[in-house]
Amino acid sequence: MITPLRALIRKDIRLFLADQRALTMSVIAPIAIASFFGYALGGAGSQTQTSKIPVLVSDQDDDAISRAIVTRLSSEKSLAVKPASADEARAAVRKGSASVAVVIPQGFGQDAGRAFFSSSQKPEIAVLYDPSHAAERSMVQGILSGDVMQVVSQEMFGGSRGRALLKEELNRVETSSNLAAPDRESLVDLLKSAERWSDSTLAGAGMSRGLSMPYTTREEAVTSRQGIQYNGYAHAFAGMAVQFVLFLGIDVGIGLLLQRQRGLWKRFRAAPLSRATLLGSRIVSAAILAFVIVLINFLFARLVFGVRVEGSMPGFLGVAAAFALMTAAFGLLIAALGKTPDATRGLAILATLFMVMLGGAWVPMFLFPQWLQKVTLVMPTRWAIDGFEAMTWRGLGFASALQPIAIQLLFALLFGALALARFRWEAEG
Amino acid sequence: MLEVRALRKSYGNLLAVAGVSWKAGAGETVGLLGPNGAGKTTTVSMIAGLLRPDAGEVLIEGRALAGDADPIKRQIGLVPQDLALYDELSALANLELFAALYDLKHAPAKAAIESALELVGLADRIGDRVKTFSGGMKRRLNLAAALLHDPQILLLDEPTVGVDPQSRNAIFDNLETLKKRGKTLLYTTHYMEEAERLCDRVVIIDHGKVIADDTPRGLSRMLPLSNVLTIELEGSTDGLSADQLQALGEVRSVQLHGGTLRIGVRDLATETPKILQWLVDRGHPYRHVVSERADLETVFLTLTGRSLRDS
Repeated sequence: MITPLRALIRKDIRLFLADQRALTMSVIAPIAIASFFGYALGGAGSQTQTSKIPVLVSDQDDDAISRAIVTRLSSEKSLAVKPASADEARAAVRKGSASVAVVIPQGFGQDAGRAFFSSSQKPEIAVLYDPSHAAERSMVQGILSGDVMQVVSQEMFGGSRGRALLKEELNRVETSSNLAAPDRESLVDLLKSAERWSDSTLAGAGMSRGLSMPYTTREEAVTSRQGIQYNGYAHAFAGMAVQFVLFLGIDVGIGLLLQRQRGLWKRFRAAPLSRATLLGSRIVSAAILAFVIVLINFLFARLVFGVRVEGSMPGFLGVAAAFALMTAAFGLLIAALGKTPDATRGLAILATLFMVMLGGAWVPMFLFPQWLQKVTLVMPTRWAIDGFEAMTWRGLGFASALQPIAIQLLFALLFGALALARFRWEAEG
Repeated sequence: MLEVRALRKSYGNLLAVAGVSWKAGAGETVGLLGPNGAGKTTTVSMIAGLLRPDAGEVLIEGRALAGDADPIKRQIGLVPQDLALYDELSALANLELFAALYDLKHAPAKAAIESALELVGLADRIGDRVKTFSGGMKRRLNLAAALLHDPQILLLDEPTVGVDPQSRNAIFDNLETLKKRGKTLLYTTHYMEEAERLCDRVVIIDHGKVIADDTPRGLSRMLPLSNVLTIELEGSTDGLSADQLQALGEVRSVQLHGGTLRIGVRDLATETPKILQWLVDRGHPYRHVVSERADLETVFLTLTGRSLRDS
């Protein structure tokens, strides 16, 4: 029984290697697309630059404070700031060529200075944003708040306008009849202290005149070990390998239907072979091909993009093997449920794309609604991708591979059992 | 020895094979004849173990098939109606695979492949991909693939479909060689001339039932006629009906297709002038007349009232 089994497995592998389209789809396509996605997802650690948010700034005030704000925004490494008129900025955001635009109104410096010391009307900075880039708006708003506070406070505690406004405010307080004497005395003391601070030469000693954020941040990507950086290619190659290997699964199913259509199935069934040999050979050959394709994909990612198995190598191989078996069983299920190759191919591709999308191969799952994220738990693809990520850039141990392996094997059993139950053994007469 | 006993198979409400029985001895070639949909392929599929009969049994060397992996299947070689070959692989790779299905490997497989290719005249194309073969060559390779394990019984399901006359003759020569080697051949076809040339016995099936089982000569003897007159008419056939001709005393069968009449008669010499005169008297002059001995096509027509290829 070993000779026919081996011959059937070898035949499937030979046919796969002889089929240029299958080779391209299974090996070259995932590598090409994963390389692109990996680059788009941030590439390998610090090797690539994070993309900047395009921001247009319209400075309608054009005084010392507004110019200083524009200068500070321009020096932010995460922003790509360009000047524009208010109308140009609005048009650019509407067209989508800029995500965010900031419009500093005329008189902003003066009004902001007054509002700094008193409860007078606060000036308004318009933040125009593309609704499809809401996250970028929040980021720009945060940066803008810090910059405005720093620039305005600096001007108020050292700039010429600050001194003039301080004097103006001091006069107003001293002549105010609405204030109680002790309150007036305290306020005058405070404003005089500020005036003295403005006139002092402490700034020359390295002391900041304005207010500044009372903290700084340190960014650290948390990965397996210190010194290991996140590699966007790891996710991309996991996702694309899963997608295209599942396409191979479709070919397995369609191949069986074609065998039936071309009379080859009759020849196989006429031979003294058990059903286990006939279907087992197909499962084994498909699993071998799927496993090798996953390895080729990750080998390419390792050599070209530095994607390493930072976690457990046996765990990685286990995830790959379980995924390969699941793919083979999926192919068998397609053959069992399908009637003709043409009618089956479209539906199988649709089902595969659905599984791949919900598995998180295309977009990160955190973008999905909460309920949908729960649905993805029943997608074998999700567990395959999670397993590959856990074993590559997350650098987790073998124990973390056990769940993805077990769940994929369960899916393989489920698909296999369904396929056996529905498989049409009898050739049409 | 191959025997089928009361085989029966339905697909839903359609009764494909309705209790057929017959035997084929060693070295005997049995033709299974019938129009498309008569139940020939279903019968062959049940013999090869591809389909489970609803009732009845298939006996190979006196023993019924027991399961998919029953070694008795080694006695059977199936030549499917389709070209059951991998176009992308070479002839050698195809035959190595089909040999391995019967546990043949290394030297025995090599010898079997060489012998089969020699028989079908493709030894010089052993390394070529099947997709480079002509239709006739593929048919011959299809036959070779069924011979590798040296089966005693060969099931040939319309093995000459779509081939040119030259390749058909080559296949007939191959089958005659196998027959001389003592193989039992079951040959399904709807070409009567093939059955007449190859078969020792002909089983005619229609609508899943055996309607005749005899030697070609025996079947001819069953006929109430021995000759067929083919008359090409001139002009319109309006007003001419087969029933009118049938009413003539010595006419056994009549077929009218377009401007051609096929009339079965027992005595050609006496009946021909009468028929021709009858046609002329009714305003149906003729252009051409040919007579021929009744063949199996005529047998089928007589037995079923239908032509094989029109069924």
